[in-house]
Amino acid sequence: MAVDPTAIGTVLEPVSMDIERGRLAAFARATGQRDPIYSDLDAAKNAGHRDLPVPPTFLFAIELELPDPFQWGLDLGIDLRYVLHGGQDFTYHRVAYAGERLTATSTIADVYSKRGGALEFVVKKTAVTDESGSPVAELTTTIVVRHPEVAS
Amino acid sequence: MTVLDDVSVGAELPALHIPPISRTTLALFAGASGDTNPIHLDHELAKSAGMDDVFAQGMLGMAYLARLLTDLAPQERIRSYGVRFAAITPVHGAPTCTAKVVAIDEVDGERRATLELVVTLADGTTTLTGAAVVALV
Repeated sequence: MAVDPTAIGTVLEPVSMDIERGRLAAFARATGQRDPIYSDLDAAKNAGHRDLPVPPTFLFAIELELPDPFQWGLDLGIDLRYVLHGGQDFTYHRVAYAGERLTATSTIADVYSKRGGALEFVVKKTAVTDESGSPVAELTTTIVVRHPEVAS
Repeated sequence: MTVLDDVSVGAELPALHIPPISRTTLALFAGASGDTNPIHLDHELAKSAGMDDVFAQGMLGMAYLARLLTDLAPQERIRSYGVRFAAITPVHGAPTCTAKVVAIDEVDGERRATLELVVTLADGTTTLTGAAVVALV
């Protein structure tokens, strides 16, 4: 089933996350990060940071805090089995730190298809803000939905 | 000073070689990133979806490439960073992250380098392509 283009402009419920040092240290370990500023508070402070920095791609994790992180896709009628992460973009305003509460607010920005409908693209734009409402970063997530039933 | 500060357009920057990705790494990244999609963890489920085996989360590859960026310049200098996911990374794949300077511009009163980013596997498969804009200051 194709995604209804009237979904463009839909604003999703904001999701907030308390950024914890332990979680950032676990992320550093999982990604093989050897730079100690991402896991060791003393190293971060010695490098001039006020706490552990939130690494560039960790902001993607905020919305994954939801019990059903892809509910928005299901609500659009997307079959999860055919979904691929096509692209991911970040624009940064500043580095965020452990101890902050960050909020991600997403909008369905675009829906379009290629190859006669065999591939459908859904673009979600996400604003990440801090507790004062100031911008931290913007994310653009492009997901690709395969429609194998459509002969291309 | 960082590696980036005295580069010119066309310069290829030091690559980041990642050891083969283990199943343990996929499990650790699932927990740390919140991407708990079982297609990356459960061999039987991956098989039932027509895959030979589990494969890495796309955002794990993007996190490795981000390590290359923060090795090259302090994170606060990264203005933007984006990738396209071109192919999956099978478990035991060993990505190599590379960056090349393709432009240096003056924007908003600062010098910025645009880097072309590529992640490849040992067999030559390109898994990610992307770009980042980094302030040179």
